[in-house]
Amino acid sequence: MAAFTVARSSCSLLTGLRSSLRGLARVKHGVVALQRQQQQQIQRQQQQHCRRYAVVTHLSVQERIDQKRREALVGGGQHRIDAQHRKGKLTARERIKLLLDPDSFVEYDMFVEHRCADFGMEQDRNKFPGDSVVTGQGRINGRLVYVFSQDFTVFGGSLSGAHAQKICKVMDQAMMVGAPVIGLNDSGGARIQEGVESLAGYADIFLRNVLASGVVPQISLIMGPCAGGAVYSPALTDFTFMVKDTSYLFITGPDVVKSVTNEDVTQEELGGAKTHTAVSGVAHCAFENDVDALLNLRDFFNFLPLSNQDAAPVMESHDPSDRLVPAMDTIVPFESTKAYDMLDIIHGIVDEKKFFEIMPSYAKNIVVGFARMNGRTVGIVGNQPKVASGCLDINSSVKGARFVRFCDAFNIPIITFVDVPGFLPGTAQEYGGIIRHGAKLLFAFAEATVPKITIITRKAYGGAYDVMSSKHLRGDVNYAWPSAEVAVMGAKGAVQIIFRGKENQAEAEAEYVEKFANPFPAAVRGFVDDIIEPATTRKRICRDLEVLASKKQVNPWKKHANIPL
Amino acid sequence: MPGSSYRPPPPAAEPGDPSSSPGVTVPHAGSRSRSISPPGLDSLALCCSITQQQQQLASRLLGLPAGADMAALSSTPSLGRLLAAVKNASLHSRWQAVSSSSARYSTVQDPQEKTFDKILIANRGEIACRVMKTCRMMGIQTVAVHSDVDASAVHVKMADEAVCVGPAPTNKSYLNMDAIMEAVRSTGAQAVHPGYGFLSENKEFARRLAADGVAFIGPDTHAIQAMGDKIESKLIAKAAKVNTIPGFDGVVETVEEAVKIAQDIGYPVMIKASAGGGGKGMRIAWNEEETREGFRFSTQEAASSFGDSRLLIEKFIDNPRHIEIQVLADKHGNALWLNERECSIQRRNQKVVEEAPSTFLDAATRRAMGEQAVQLAQAVQYSSAGTVEFLVDSSKNFYFLEMNTRLQVEHPITECITGLDLVQQMIRVAKGYPLLHKQEDIPINGWAIESRVYAEDPYKSFGLPSIGRLSQYQEPVNLSNVRVDSGIHEGSDISIYYDPMISKLVTYGSSRAEALAKMEDALDNYVIRGVTHNIPLLREIITHPRFVSGDITTNFLPEVYPDGFKGHQLTAGGQKELVASAAALHIAAQLRSQTFLGNQRVSNSSQERRRWDLCVELGKERHPVVVLRSGHTYTVEVGGDRLEVSGEWDLASPLLPLKINDTHRILQCLSRTATGEVCLQYLGTSFKVRVMSLLAAELSSFMPEKVPEDTSSILRSPMPGAVVAVSVKPGDTVAEGQEICVIEAMKMQNSMTAAKTGKVKSVHCKAGETVGEGDLLVELE
Repeated sequence: MAAFTVARSSCSLLTGLRSSLRGLARVKHGVVALQRQQQQQIQRQQQQHCRRYAVVTHLSVQERIDQKRREALVGGGQHRIDAQHRKGKLTARERIKLLLDPDSFVEYDMFVEHRCADFGMEQDRNKFPGDSVVTGQGRINGRLVYVFSQDFTVFGGSLSGAHAQKICKVMDQAMMVGAPVIGLNDSGGARIQEGVESLAGYADIFLRNVLASGVVPQISLIMGPCAGGAVYSPALTDFTFMVKDTSYLFITGPDVVKSVTNEDVTQEELGGAKTHTAVSGVAHCAFENDVDALLNLRDFFNFLPLSNQDAAPVMESHDPSDRLVPAMDTIVPFESTKAYDMLDIIHGIVDEKKFFEIMPSYAKNIVVGFARMNGRTVGIVGNQPKVASGCLDINSSVKGARFVRFCDAFNIPIITFVDVPGFLPGTAQEYGGIIRHGAKLLFAFAEATVPKITIITRKAYGGAYDVMSSKHLRGDVNYAWPSAEVAVMGAKGAVQIIFRGKENQAEAEAEYVEKFANPFPAAVRGFVDDIIEPATTRKRICRDLEVLASKKQVNPWKKHANIPL
Repeated sequence: MPGSSYRPPPPAAEPGDPSSSPGVTVPHAGSRSRSISPPGLDSLALCCSITQQQQQLASRLLGLPAGADMAALSSTPSLGRLLAAVKNASLHSRWQAVSSSSARYSTVQDPQEKTFDKILIANRGEIACRVMKTCRMMGIQTVAVHSDVDASAVHVKMADEAVCVGPAPTNKSYLNMDAIMEAVRSTGAQAVHPGYGFLSENKEFARRLAADGVAFIGPDTHAIQAMGDKIESKLIAKAAKVNTIPGFDGVVETVEEAVKIAQDIGYPVMIKASAGGGGKGMRIAWNEEETREGFRFSTQEAASSFGDSRLLIEKFIDNPRHIEIQVLADKHGNALWLNERECSIQRRNQKVVEEAPSTFLDAATRRAMGEQAVQLAQAVQYSSAGTVEFLVDSSKNFYFLEMNTRLQVEHPITECITGLDLVQQMIRVAKGYPLLHKQEDIPINGWAIESRVYAEDPYKSFGLPSIGRLSQYQEPVNLSNVRVDSGIHEGSDISIYYDPMISKLVTYGSSRAEALAKMEDALDNYVIRGVTHNIPLLREIITHPRFVSGDITTNFLPEVYPDGFKGHQLTAGGQKELVASAAALHIAAQLRSQTFLGNQRVSNSSQERRRWDLCVELGKERHPVVVLRSGHTYTVEVGGDRLEVSGEWDLASPLLPLKINDTHRILQCLSRTATGEVCLQYLGTSFKVRVMSLLAAELSSFMPEKVPEDTSSILRSPMPGAVVAVSVKPGDTVAEGQEICVIEAMKMQNSMTAAKTGKVKSVHCKAGETVGEGDLLVELE
């Protein structure tokens, strides 16, 4: 740019000539043939009339800026945009436009181009201003966010060194400023032409994902293919969302799978939204299409603080914080073997019945997600009696643990609804390492220093009682509903052990029920702070959160804890 | 007429507090205690407390301001008593009562008149609550019976004592006579009120109670027996000089006999179980084939519901109106007719909307019908409350249909217009007291309309049962002149075991128009979430020009909606109102989602916008919309019109009261998503609207349409219920319309037929199984 500035300010022939040579040199790297023709024409004009030249250069630079911007805006060109649309996908820029507030996007690095000189990549037609990613910052409902959006129309969104560099730039700045990063992934993978340069780029991103983890929220929205090493960036972020039918996440595609393991599997089965939201637990939620996903992401963003330095956001709420919820009084069935839907409790208690469930189709025996109480974001964890009696198993422990750790990292209070009959027994669970995985949930709850409120709605049996944000793990406020049963196990099993081989088992069982199948044993020891009327649960939680907002608790200094991974 | 020039404030009185009003009229509004009694009623309670006669008067007084046709009032004796009352009681208070005109019925408890100490109510749901309410007013202890799933039901909580009488299925609990008899014994109840349905018309139950020396609050056994049998009742009616329907009375044993009888009578004929009450199990056959089918179903239903497979086949009268007369008789040979109820709005022969009085009857017909009803009651030495049902043809000829020897579902509308508490009268009569009223004391005060609010999907044959948990429930009891009789509350479960009725919504007015307007308002303010309900249908019925003009028959629904009910059909204006409301609501929500409280470390760049260009999708149509905001008012330009929409914009409330161009409307926001989908209940029907920015609308056009599942080759259960029979097996070839299986839900058997001709691929249900709504039953290839 400096050179051009000089050229503009100077009228001397010499400077002019030098500038023209520079111009010539740059032409080599020009992207489009048209531009080259234009340049050549300019040169001819220069030779004819020196004085006029300076003026022409001035125009030409401006024109070239505009030209580059215009080119950047169409990415890989109209026909590729049309192809993207035909696939039911939006372009990188359309996605950003829809995700962010109108006119709030500030783009970075629009002029960056890839630096590969092999395999004909140096040719002008293979250069695209901005390369295969659009980056920058903008606002969602007025709040700052950094965004990158991979552009599938440019080399299939493949990751070049330049592409990675652009992403790293916004991530670095996001961490400095303290604002979340949202990645819109739509990339065929590494830029093979660039070889190790591309791999280095991935690693640069991974490192930043790791460093930013727990500092600013990171969200990945998979809106196309994401394969090979690329999958580890979304995997490192806090939340991975997918778009149904058009997004895929896998280490290797179906062809490689076939050649290595001889398995026949489709892309969708191997790494589609359904697989990852219901089977693997890699993705946290799936949406119908691009528009749906982006608009939902805006909604989701409002739950999150901008960084770990910020408190959980508080929004204006119209739902009275002292609202009684009479339906809660009858929600827990009399028979302790009968199921009910924990979501009914959650919806009844939170603001305006609005609950953003995370991983709704995976490990459904635990429910996690975000809601608001009196306008303040809270994380909600609840055992789901409707699925597998709400027991804790490997998947639900891991699902719960990760969510609890996110909340703790970002100052989001945790509300836990407990109805847990225990850990799931059996060889499958033991061989799978339920001890190791169950410990993660225990670890997460114990380590968390955010406000923790626990409501025991019914069963809290055995070790699972301890795990579920019990008083012993520094629960701040622990309530029990009158239907609560805090015990080592259910009456039947307990009696079989205590009175093994004795007669009058039924009588003993009744005695055990009388003694332990109620909230008193826990309440008299102070393990629950109060036995509350279910209808007052919302009112109490709101009041407690108000008090606990100034909670300060610090874990002992350490480099980092060693969670049993 | 008491003048309206002077209306002093009412004296304070505690409704329902016996200490403040001993032996006093206690107003009763709605079966739930949180319903509001207007102050006028309380003053009525005080001023009219001195004698029974004055109380009667007061209830009549309520009719005065309406200036309605008041046969009873114009009679001299009542005028004499009016004067006496005026002398004895506080004028001011009464005038206030008059001007409020809000009475539904009043329970007068004469402390001298002792009835029972404890009554067991052998029923559940709203009617159990309704009966308990009066018991409470009369100072009678109540005992509820319940099945195990009903353990935390409203009627159980309301009662002083409760006894579990068995598991959920009705034949093991509410029909379990042994268990109920045991409950009567163990609690020491002196009387049993059976409500309606269940054991209410079971002569065996009445007999067993009598044997134990427990009073049955209803007619004597012989009257139940005489009237409970459709054939015998007709013979008795004929003998009592009551007009009867031309037709054949007899027991039908075989299909062939049924067909022959039908042919003799001439089609169309109606087939139903002899022992069955109401419209349940009633089928109409227009030809031989339908007769066979009707016979089969009715026999089965009769056997499963009543344990009595006898049938009745009658001439079916075309275009009839269903008008019934409420009678009230004592054990001393006195009988009254308490005017009529018009119940012509029915679906599948079950009543949906009832009103009292009827628009159709003139005074002479009313009297003739009333007198015949009383003749019949006296012919069987009837005591207690009962209902004589008539079919009335277009020339006001009326034919006896049947007599229901119990309290009727729709009794509240009679209470509204007569001011009598029927339950109280039943209890008094059961104790042996004579009636207090004379025929000329029975007024028609104003107009009352009842809508039966059901948990059912009105879009499927005017209502197929739906089940679920009432996640949110709010009755419009804060409105005046509205009575809601219900036995459920927020959090209650509507299960497959029992009738899916949510409540009876009764509105009252000095004129029919007033009552109808109130009903519209009440339906709009009724919040029901968690189950599908029939409010869309109810609201369409009560605003339909034919209904409003009183031009109705029992075929109203199929005639008005020949292709099935499709919900409210939006007019161009309505469409704009809906679009404008949705757009304004969306903007209000958007603006709030930018409102973060507290200090922000990184400042928010909120955009001050006054104008939004939106695209609103309603059905398949897209409407470009411009919204301008000023405070709480949004000016919405849509389709060349400007609509001003203003309101509180309380986004947590289920109700959305709006002012749209000076028209007040109550909308309900059923759901609102982040993607701009807004589901609004507008004029009763819920509409899905999608509000998008122009950008989102443009980009949405690139989104692929998701292909919905092909439903013609799969048969899903349209409702929750039990599979009674499966008539196909895998490999069978079925023709379009062929019966595949039968599902029984809420005591109705529904035949599931093939939607196309094909081969059965797989069967996913078997007889005896319980299925949920949407469960896969059978797959075709």
